[in-house]
Amino acid sequence: MSVPGGHAPKSASLSTEMAADAPPPPDVRPSRLILILCSFGAACGLALALAFEWTQPRIDAHQAMLTEAAVREVLRGPDHFTPLYVSGGTLTATAPAGADPAKLDRVFVGYDQSGKAIGFAIPASGPGFQDNLKLIFGYDPATEQLIGMKLVDQRETPGIGDRIEKDLAFVQEFAGPRAPIEGVKAGRGQGNAHAVDMITGATISSRAVIAIINKRVQALAPALQNYTQQQGGAR
Amino acid sequence: MTATRAIEDFVDPIWRNNPTFVQMLGMCPTMAVTNTVINGFSMGVTTTFVLVGSAFFVSLFRKSVPNEVRITTSILVIAAFTSLADMFVAALAPTIYKALGAFIALIVANCVLLGRMEAFAQKRPVGRSVLDSLGTGIGFTLGLSCVSAVREILGNGTFAGIHLFGPHFQPMLIFMLPPGGFLALGFWLLFLSYLKARKKGHRRVRLWPVVVTRRKVAA
Amino acid sequence: MLKDLSWILVSAALVNNFTLTLFLGLCSFLGVTGKVSTALRMGAADTFVLVLTSVAAWFLNRFVLGYAPYLRIIAFIVVIAALVQIVEMFVKKVSPTLFRELGIYLPLITTNCAILGLALFQTNRGYNFIQGVAFALGAGLGLTLALTLMGSIRERVELSDSPIFARSMGIVLIIAGCISLAFMGFGGLFSS
Repeated sequence: MSVPGGHAPKSASLSTEMAADAPPPPDVRPSRLILILCSFGAACGLALALAFEWTQPRIDAHQAMLTEAAVREVLRGPDHFTPLYVSGGTLTATAPAGADPAKLDRVFVGYDQSGKAIGFAIPASGPGFQDNLKLIFGYDPATEQLIGMKLVDQRETPGIGDRIEKDLAFVQEFAGPRAPIEGVKAGRGQGNAHAVDMITGATISSRAVIAIINKRVQALAPALQNYTQQQGGAR
Repeated sequence: MTATRAIEDFVDPIWRNNPTFVQMLGMCPTMAVTNTVINGFSMGVTTTFVLVGSAFFVSLFRKSVPNEVRITTSILVIAAFTSLADMFVAALAPTIYKALGAFIALIVANCVLLGRMEAFAQKRPVGRSVLDSLGTGIGFTLGLSCVSAVREILGNGTFAGIHLFGPHFQPMLIFMLPPGGFLALGFWLLFLSYLKARKKGHRRVRLWPVVVTRRKVAA
Repeated sequence: MLKDLSWILVSAALVNNFTLTLFLGLCSFLGVTGKVSTALRMGAADTFVLVLTSVAAWFLNRFVLGYAPYLRIIAFIVVIAALVQIVEMFVKKVSPTLFRELGIYLPLITTNCAILGLALFQTNRGYNFIQGVAFALGAGLGLTLALTLMGSIRERVELSDSPIFARSMGIVLIIAGCISLAFMGFGGLFSS
């Protein structure tokens, strides 16, 4: 029955088994077929809906915990933070109607204990060496400085490219430089406020991270400026 | 209907008819998620869950489902259990879910499952079908674990996260990368067929191609 | 936008080849007989089904699965099975010779993980319609390339003299590993 290296076609196996077994069964009414398929489908759907109700809260809670940990890390321990949704060229505190909040483009603004905004945690993504990179970085538009960076999802070469996530020295490079940041070879960036030391041997992955951050800052600069002015004017 | 004993249904697929090494089914997850032993083992366990669950229900309803929609209902049941497995693993083991990625959802396209349903669960009573699927699942887990053991030990110097060699061990990075999946399984298969050839009586199994021998004779 | 599209297409075809890097569609890849013509035809059929699946998946995601995301896997597999049936009937009517040549491969496309994998990856990455089609085209091209390479190498291997225990799937996998190793050279193709 098992053909080495291949599989007998389903239709052929059906007919041979039917011929080998018993005399051909009487024709089944199409309505019965549809009834059987529908009842199977309904039973499956019901089981899945129940499982969904039970598991989705857990999945959402875990995702929220990861997001919170990432935001706290890149903003260096804010007291609390709130999400803002990017729509058009502005940041709004409430999500546009009818959309799933988790899927929208959003940034997080972190506040310290006195309620003063200390910066924005901005998720960004783009192509890396092997596949897409997803990261989140902290940015203060007033001083145009980066506060921190954390990689959320990467598929780079283990041991080489994945050092952009695992090499703490590289991650620390993103605390302090001014946008737009430039990648420089390790140790050659003295005195350059925009410099970020790249990882030797993982230049392309490092450059990808820098490019992703620069592009995102450039794209969001007007929206961030608008928002900061609004908040400044309101106070 | 062959008169195999029930226990044979369980033991056979574990090694003698192993889905990975003998039947060569379910290749996609075998190479995609075997970069560490924990990942390979978890994928095996998840596939076993889907196998046993689907076999139970397919076998339960085998007499009431007409032949025309037999395959469709099998696929429906397998897809339902795959979705369940997907949701449960995402909720209960999020780190493993991130490592296994989309391959949990791809269990439904795994040839092992539909193969077992067609060959066994559609024809045998519930107890025997569940035993067969359990054995197949254990065999599949064994296959995945063997391949991932080779990949992790050689490619990372660890086994299930435990470092085996000292800090000066330089791992063979290739085994952690995609080619490593093909190579690891390929080496296992070559090794097993070498053992089989020796067992069959080819005592002196030729390891080198004939071309080399011919040159020697001519010289 | 165009750079996005070309990145998606080339990435799916070369950098993250569906068969050699993402490990999808391996059952047909390893079972391909040593014939380049069969490989090319299979690749073409796969590409056709992939593009149709991408469109169908986009429609499903947009209009139906928003209400019941837990039905995603079932919906995809049912739609894929239906699509393959339709393609089979279409090919039978339009070109019976092609249908006979493809033989058993056409129904086997249903359980080809590459098709379902494409639908799932497209959903996870949130591609829109055009991006999804580019992704499917790239995946199909990559699949065809991998199948053709494997087919032509196996054509030659079958004619060579190999040790007794190497005339098995072991050698095919080692070959696949070498091809995969070669494809790793495409990494960093779109570096900035």
